[in-house]
Amino acid sequence: MAATKSAKEQKYDRQLRLWGDHGQEELENAHVCLINSTASGTEILKNLVLPGIGAFTIVDGHKVSGEDVGNNFFLNNNSIGRNRAQAATELLQELNTDVSGNFVEESPDKLLDNDPEFFHRFTLVIGVQLPESTCLRLGSVLWNANVPFLVCRTYGLVGYMRLVVKEHTVIESHPDNALEDLRLDQPFAELKSHIQSYDLEGMGKKDHGHTPWIIIVAKYLEKWFSEHNFQLPKNYKEKEAFKQLIRQGILKNEKGTPEVEENFEEAIKNVNTALNPTKISSGVDDLFNGEQCNDITSQTPAFWVMTRAVREFVQNDGGGNLPVRGSIPDMIADSEKFINLQNVYREKAMQDASVVSKHVESLLQSVGKPSESISEQDIKLFCKNAAFLRVVRCRSLAEEYSVETVNKDAITCSMDGADGEMVLYLMLRSVDRFYQQHSRYPGVYNYQVEEDISKLKLCVNSLLQEYGLNVSVKDDYIHEFCRYGAAEPHTVASFLGGSAAQEAIKLITRQFVPFNNTFVYNAMSQTTATFQL
Amino acid sequence: MNLLLFSLFREKKRRRVVELTEKMVVDGGSRDGGEWDGRWNHINTFLERPGPFTHPDFEPSTESLQFLLDTCKILVIGAGGLGCELLKDLALSGFRHIHVVDMDTIDVSNLNRQFLFRLKDVGRPKADIAADFINGRIPGCNVVPHFKKIQDFDESFYRQFHIIVCGLDSIIARRWMNGMLLSLLVYEDGVLDPSSIIPLIDGGTEGFKGNARVIFPGMTACIDCTLELYPPQINFPMCTIASMPRLPEHCVEYVRMLLWPKEKPFGDGVGLDADDPEHIQWVYQKSQERAAEFSITGVTYRLTQGENTHSAILNSACATEVFKIASSAYIPLNNYMVFNDVDGLYTYTFEAERKENCSSCSQVPQDLHFSPSAKLQEVLDYLTENASLQMKSPAITATLEGKNKTLYLQLGLLDGQELAVADVTTPQTLLFKLSFTS
Repeated sequence: MAATKSAKEQKYDRQLRLWGDHGQEELENAHVCLINSTASGTEILKNLVLPGIGAFTIVDGHKVSGEDVGNNFFLNNNSIGRNRAQAATELLQELNTDVSGNFVEESPDKLLDNDPEFFHRFTLVIGVQLPESTCLRLGSVLWNANVPFLVCRTYGLVGYMRLVVKEHTVIESHPDNALEDLRLDQPFAELKSHIQSYDLEGMGKKDHGHTPWIIIVAKYLEKWFSEHNFQLPKNYKEKEAFKQLIRQGILKNEKGTPEVEENFEEAIKNVNTALNPTKISSGVDDLFNGEQCNDITSQTPAFWVMTRAVREFVQNDGGGNLPVRGSIPDMIADSEKFINLQNVYREKAMQDASVVSKHVESLLQSVGKPSESISEQDIKLFCKNAAFLRVVRCRSLAEEYSVETVNKDAITCSMDGADGEMVLYLMLRSVDRFYQQHSRYPGVYNYQVEEDISKLKLCVNSLLQEYGLNVSVKDDYIHEFCRYGAAEPHTVASFLGGSAAQEAIKLITRQFVPFNNTFVYNAMSQTTATFQL
Repeated sequence: MNLLLFSLFREKKRRRVVELTEKMVVDGGSRDGGEWDGRWNHINTFLERPGPFTHPDFEPSTESLQFLLDTCKILVIGAGGLGCELLKDLALSGFRHIHVVDMDTIDVSNLNRQFLFRLKDVGRPKADIAADFINGRIPGCNVVPHFKKIQDFDESFYRQFHIIVCGLDSIIARRWMNGMLLSLLVYEDGVLDPSSIIPLIDGGTEGFKGNARVIFPGMTACIDCTLELYPPQINFPMCTIASMPRLPEHCVEYVRMLLWPKEKPFGDGVGLDADDPEHIQWVYQKSQERAAEFSITGVTYRLTQGENTHSAILNSACATEVFKIASSAYIPLNNYMVFNDVDGLYTYTFEAERKENCSSCSQVPQDLHFSPSAKLQEVLDYLTENASLQMKSPAITATLEGKNKTLYLQLGLLDGQELAVADVTTPQTLLFKLSFTS
């Protein structure tokens, strides 16, 4: 281990705690494309450049206007009249010299006309303030090329994001409140013999008070099993009775009053969760039953090869269980007892991982790939996270927008509240229609606001009719969206910038779970909602 | 309740605008804020146009922008991760008179997020550099820096601001600010004078979580009303640290808490500075030695510090609230928003309620129940450990035989005795009433 940290490590120290060195490596190998360097766009990029994204390319054919400079931290009034992509790249590049900044002075529509494969090179494409037609064209190209696409827009006090990715697998989802994997309901052989090595009745006072609660629960469970036909305590009543059983085991002094034994208190407190039966979640089960898991070919990504290998383990070696995770929570105990117990779990985890490894090897061999294509480290990480694997699959934009496949249910159900975020989504779709018809957004100039209200209402009605949506949109929202005049206030753009950048980082590092698939932010009420459209 | 507040707020604004306009006419000068065409287009729609969701008191006008540009005074507390973002957000929303307070200097590990700082700025005060950068990038903006602790200022400083926004990482500092604003409140015949209220917007964030809240001191829930939302930090028991470590974290705590004060590796009275790489290196090495003694693996350099980076999301919500309140354009957040994007993006917005007997804002002495034979230490323990008080090092005085005495030993306190308690968590003195249990 290096004695001092490099300057880069020091700089990125705080974020390495979140996604580790391997996450940082993914970030530094990524090349992100931003289309349109408006305030929303530059705020997104700022939050990717600072943590050290490998490279970015801004595609923007617009010239910088006075209005652009007013809400954008990465444009100044000297750049009025210059190409916006170039001007923004300069000030973004200045944030972090580790990052490579590039720009293309071209509209995305032109690029789609002349060189659609331009977009294939990117890890992720982020489209900001795109008109509907451009958005759909781009969506189609990126879907076929398997490049993830994140659509973002700020419209008045509304923020919107849409993630389009065919399949995104996550090994390290970092769940907030994960249950421990203690196997107390079915202790493996090594755990059993370790538990047996303890003699609670025969040990001295100091040892008794520093025995890990896992051992205590295990010992009393053995007692319970013998009296209850090998059934776990199931309901509240039985669990209370089990806790009482443990409580009786607390040492008493000469007068008969119980001593203070915190490890026993811990045991009692943890009964509720420690006795959950070990089983595989439905989410992971679904992965095992999926197509990708069944049909392993030489093209199969590592994630699915490992999923299949773990499935083989579960069916052949694990007795229906996943590989042991290998970690235990901290608990009152003396150092030696704790570490010995921890090692029992750790060693079992290592054993299970090496069995999985053999399955991986034979799967790779069967499709003619070298066993080095998936490292031991990756397999260990996979096994440790086997209970938390996640896969995100988004519908394409084409599916969302087509009359045949529009998700009518999601829209109508969410419109129940009438004032929720779904109404904002429908308004965004409506102003897009307005743009298609009038080549501008409603209410940009003061004199337009009044007359555009009725025009926008026609767009709303035609949208609802075309998709057969039996919902009504209050006039207030139509008025409000005319009032916005397609403004992009900085604070809303900044909120979106932070949110979108976090999702981008999740996609790039393959850690934490991205949203699926439409996110709406209402800055008026400071509320948000996610829909799967 | 909110309506009355806004009427008075607007009246206060209006008077100031008239004052300034008059002053300008007399001076005959015009401001050169480096204006250009269209500069404020993105916010004017919210100030000049009527709308269906605006605050009932809102009046569209071309003067509102002038109020933001020329008159409205905002204080930003903290020029770190949240502070940098707040300054940018406010400057690009039309605010020009901004003060920023921060007692820290810049460290290399700040550079990945605090984007107003560069490598060449390391070692310099955050407030100064942040102000320079913003003023340079946003023509006309006048951020005034203060390289100071918030406790270095008194009411006369804080009273000048229309709105205060906090981007702090310390609960103690938040509570102090909360106490300060509560102490500014003026009550006439028991009725709160709304013009003495300074709204406090508070944002907090760590890793993938965060929150934003709007506080109208004296009217809505204050920081201490909801102190239970910040549970006391769980510290490892001393016996674990001293003699029975099990985790790498225990080894690090041992070095930090016990070994450092004993060995004083960088001199007498030199405290551990989490931003000093040499200090951390020492802690790291000693933690490894400790771990080796007990066969514990897993001590990493990263473990020797505790913080995570955070995201630039909540600051924006806070800045939006500042804009809403200053312009009366919309009803502000009422009053607490929680954010978590570990799995997708999730927010929860709710109205935190005032606590009837809040130790800070309820103005009612709180009852302390103890048996007559209780020792003073029990009172002190209660004040520090109780989830809704969480004091750090309370000092208690009481009036005995006509004299104010600081209590170190039990001194014959009476039932019903009023105790005054001072603590770093607030600039006010809190009152308690001692009530003996039989």
